[in-house]
Amino acid sequence: MTLATPLDDPLIIAGQSFKSRLLVGTGHYADLAETQAAVTASAAQIVTFAVRRSNIGQDAQAPNLLDAIAPQHFTLLPNTAGCYTARDAVRTCLLARELLDGHDLVKLEVLGDSQTLYPDITETLAAARQLVELGFKVMVYTSDDPLIARRLEELGCVAIMPLGAPIGSGLGIRNPYNIRLIVENAKVPVIVDAGVGTASDAAIAMELGCDGVLMNTAIARAREPIRMASAMRQAVCAGREAYLAGRMPRRLDGDASSPLGGLFL
Amino acid sequence: MIEVTINGEVQQLPANLSLGQWLADQGLGNRRLAVELNRQVIPRSQFPALYLQSGDNLEIVHAIGGG
Repeated sequence: MTLATPLDDPLIIAGQSFKSRLLVGTGHYADLAETQAAVTASAAQIVTFAVRRSNIGQDAQAPNLLDAIAPQHFTLLPNTAGCYTARDAVRTCLLARELLDGHDLVKLEVLGDSQTLYPDITETLAAARQLVELGFKVMVYTSDDPLIARRLEELGCVAIMPLGAPIGSGLGIRNPYNIRLIVENAKVPVIVDAGVGTASDAAIAMELGCDGVLMNTAIARAREPIRMASAMRQAVCAGREAYLAGRMPRRLDGDASSPLGGLFL
Repeated sequence: MIEVTINGEVQQLPANLSLGQWLADQGLGNRRLAVELNRQVIPRSQFPALYLQSGDNLEIVHAIGGG
């Protein structure tokens, strides 16, 4: 009899299946070649990007992000980074939908201040409501407040994305108990978005039962981004497997792994 | 001539210029971008027949690296 390693279910977001539970951003890279190599090494299928003004009058032939990360190969997730009001976030999403020929999956983030980049929950709730009404599938960046997570789910968001720590801080999962509460209450995927600094942080998020992890800076600002992308891919897989396997109970005393019977000493 | 604000900068453009023609003149005809005219998103299919008016405000955006 052989015991095969059991397979995992896919991550399902708004009815679409994904094998990878690591979602990555495309900011901070040296160039598009490095972006592409890191995204490939991460094996991410969902890739975020920002919407900004085109450089009018400059080199029109300069390569574009969507040439390197082609919409036919990835699920592109436009974000509303830089938005501080619901109005601006909705406006950004409408432009993104046109940019991607009607693709309606978006990452909503409405920031409260530029120091902490903490989400403005009042504006986030207002934007989520409007975007859902406009037919968007909203993956929402939020605080690690379990009640707000529930409100966002009730509004129709397709994924709840609490922060582990402030965006770009690399401080890890600062409040694992809240993340756990959000996971236990949610019926849509919970994806830790922001705060991961290194592979063990990603593994911890997954061991808490999160459905995925979204990160950018932890990969892009590593000394070797492409290698870190690979580390994160493995950490997310390892954390997920550990969660499914169920960890052993903790105990304060030692418990020998070798049998005590048959000792010949 | 007409005055049109494009990505925050006022530009003098000839009258009777379509958005599609202006984008082509800039070498942006085949680029992946989205356009907002006076806060309304304009579907790409309307670019050729959309003639710019004095006082128009255009925002032309594209995808860029971000997290």
